[in-house]
Amino acid sequence: MARFTYAPAPESRAVVDLKPSYGLFINGEFVEPVDGDHFKTENPSSQEVLAEVGSAGPADVDRAVAAARRAQEQVWGPMPGRERAKYLFRVARILQERSRELAVLETLDNGKPIRESRDVDIPLAAAHFFYHAGWADKLAYAGLGPDPRPLGVVGQVIPWNFPLLMAAWKLAPALATGNTCVLKPAETTPLSALLLAEILQQAELPPGVVNIITGAGGTGAALVAHPGIDKVAFTGSTEVGKQIQRILAGTGKRLTLELGGKAANVVFDDAPLSQAVEGIVNGIFFNQGQVCCAGSRLLVQESIAEGLVEALKRRLETLRLGDPLDKNTDIGAINSMQQLDKIRELAASGEAEGAQRWSPSCSLPERGYWFPPTVFTDVVPAQRIAREEIFGPVLSVLTFRTPDEAIDKANNTTYGLSAGVWTEKGSRILYMASRLRAGVVWANTFNRFDPSSPFGGYRESGFGREGGRHGLAAYLKGALGSDRA
Amino acid sequence: MPERASGSDLADLARSEISLRRFLHGLPGVDQVGAEARAASLATRSIKAGAKLWAIDTAISMVDLTTLEGADTPGKVRALCGKARRPSPDDPTVPPVAAVCVYPDLVPYAKVALAGSPVKVASVATAFPSGRASLPVKLADVADAVAAGADEVDMVIDRGAFLAGHYGLVLDEVRAVKAACGRAHLKVILETGELVTYDNVRRACWTAMIGGADFVKTSTGKVSPASTLPVALVMLEAVRDFADASGRSVGVKVAGGIRATKDAIRYLVLVNEVAGEAWLEPQRFRIGASSLLNDLLMQRYKQQRGAYAGSQDFSIE
Repeated sequence: MARFTYAPAPESRAVVDLKPSYGLFINGEFVEPVDGDHFKTENPSSQEVLAEVGSAGPADVDRAVAAARRAQEQVWGPMPGRERAKYLFRVARILQERSRELAVLETLDNGKPIRESRDVDIPLAAAHFFYHAGWADKLAYAGLGPDPRPLGVVGQVIPWNFPLLMAAWKLAPALATGNTCVLKPAETTPLSALLLAEILQQAELPPGVVNIITGAGGTGAALVAHPGIDKVAFTGSTEVGKQIQRILAGTGKRLTLELGGKAANVVFDDAPLSQAVEGIVNGIFFNQGQVCCAGSRLLVQESIAEGLVEALKRRLETLRLGDPLDKNTDIGAINSMQQLDKIRELAASGEAEGAQRWSPSCSLPERGYWFPPTVFTDVVPAQRIAREEIFGPVLSVLTFRTPDEAIDKANNTTYGLSAGVWTEKGSRILYMASRLRAGVVWANTFNRFDPSSPFGGYRESGFGREGGRHGLAAYLKGALGSDRA
Repeated sequence: MPERASGSDLADLARSEISLRRFLHGLPGVDQVGAEARAASLATRSIKAGAKLWAIDTAISMVDLTTLEGADTPGKVRALCGKARRPSPDDPTVPPVAAVCVYPDLVPYAKVALAGSPVKVASVATAFPSGRASLPVKLADVADAVAAGADEVDMVIDRGAFLAGHYGLVLDEVRAVKAACGRAHLKVILETGELVTYDNVRRACWTAMIGGADFVKTSTGKVSPASTLPVALVMLEAVRDFADASGRSVGVKVAGGIRATKDAIRYLVLVNEVAGEAWLEPQRFRIGASSLLNDLLMQRYKQQRGAYAGSQDFSIE
């Protein structure tokens, strides 16, 4: 029996006002889908059904795109940047004011710990609106040409791992640059986007500037294929990203893709080891590893590998898995049965292919979708767990002997989204950063995000950047460097 | 991270200034941003209900009730000792504190006032708080306190020597004081506010532990900043790793500016999740404080009865 057992400290659900049924947010109003279809969204930690949401069909996509076009041409496009900025600032402030409500709702629908939704997702979402609000009247000075113009109507499809944050990443730069949006949240996590729709109403954003249509893959496919949109921005799996690219080929529509990853987290023998352990934990167990830039491959210098893995295991024994609404929970639920199956299948392949599997002693709740933090040692580069994106709390540990071997192994992947380097030697950080083929390289930290820092990948991790000046270019015509994006 | 002495006897490291220096500089560095982020993250733990009550009682039992003023008198010390033995006169379930901490000349009064109780008498020594005196003077100070009956001695390291890189000198002083302590327990005050960097804190911890410290202690309370959560985090990692390497468990004492129950509980969470629950006892963790005790009593009352008592319901020493 542990001496210091933390009593349950659940965040109250009362702050969230869940409706039994939600419609689609089109032209500033909640409307029922034309064909009346709905689907259910559940709490992955308990499998409790939270609400019904509308399933948008082709006719709904038409309505949403038409509303967005009208708003772009008549209201939002002609509006001076300084006026657009006021709306974005207002949205940012309301996000802050209603942050507890948003955090609880995000945790209910997604399964992530309230500690993360409260301290990371929601504050960062507000930060993205604040940051881009500041750009709205300064676009001519962003170094992207003298008079950058909006693209028009943008179709945006976002994933379930950071539902509100991804909505903010997509909407804030598009709106700041004068575009209007049709956003499709993920099927398993639509609720925070619908609360965001209420917040947009509260901010009195003109009707049609943002339209939010919920639905499954078919809704997303109808949106990206719609002839009335000028650009598609997608965050999600590499597989779907490739499909979208095929659909858009030859249409002249712009595209940015932020896809999967298999990031290397490289730890040298002169690293600040206690903090490296924290960085490894944050790299792969943040949001249950359901992060495209997760540090899923730990590359550790052979001379310290044994001690580091031992320290990591000791640290993992202190992780607290359970009720995501408990303020002391570190590891929440996996978002869906489908995702849990995928994680289980890949973890089983790791064992079958000869890697050593280890998890801390923690009991999993009976209901809901759960997977324990898992570390594979004795992993070799040819195993599936060293190559495929697991998108779960599963770490593969590999070793290296020299910096160049670390670079070769880190780059030996079809992805190229992020990487981490741990060393106290500044020159080595620069050496590694210039050779790692990843859109983001973190030095002595991992999974840190800031709206001013461009985020995006190489190769099968996608193209285009989100955040910073580079992120603005992806939503502007005539912007230098925007041709590809 | 276990910083193993890799087989070599820790005492061997101290054979020369060079080998000690190499060892201390070979310890993994501390990344300031990362250490502070980790401490801040642990500070968000929410301790409620029964866990809070347990934490409050545990914190009370770890308090070194302290008075270190030029204006201290035998009367003040006697009053403090009464409080230490029985913090709450009307509630016998409140545990006594761990120790009363005073200047050496007041040890005899504390000794008498605490006779027959489990509360220890701790004395600062070695030209506290600056440590600016010759070694013979420091040792005489220690001998004085021990002769008067101190169970525990809180020494200060020579921060000037440490910052000048004379680690051997610091180590020799710790060893000499340890020898002068006899059976008394030795707490080594690092004065982390003057060491400034976490790398220095880690190195000073190891120097003190190799020298025979029973406790490493953050601060005198006379320098700002005194104890902080990240400093305590680095020290707790050091004692944990030292225990792995040597088999000997050294305690940690945080001191200075800890006044509120919520701060004390944050330290206990840190102890629990960094060093491990083996350190959750007064033999291995102490909190040097004066006004903290009344806040712990007030929160204990609130936790048990659901309402706050008046401020005059708790004695003021």
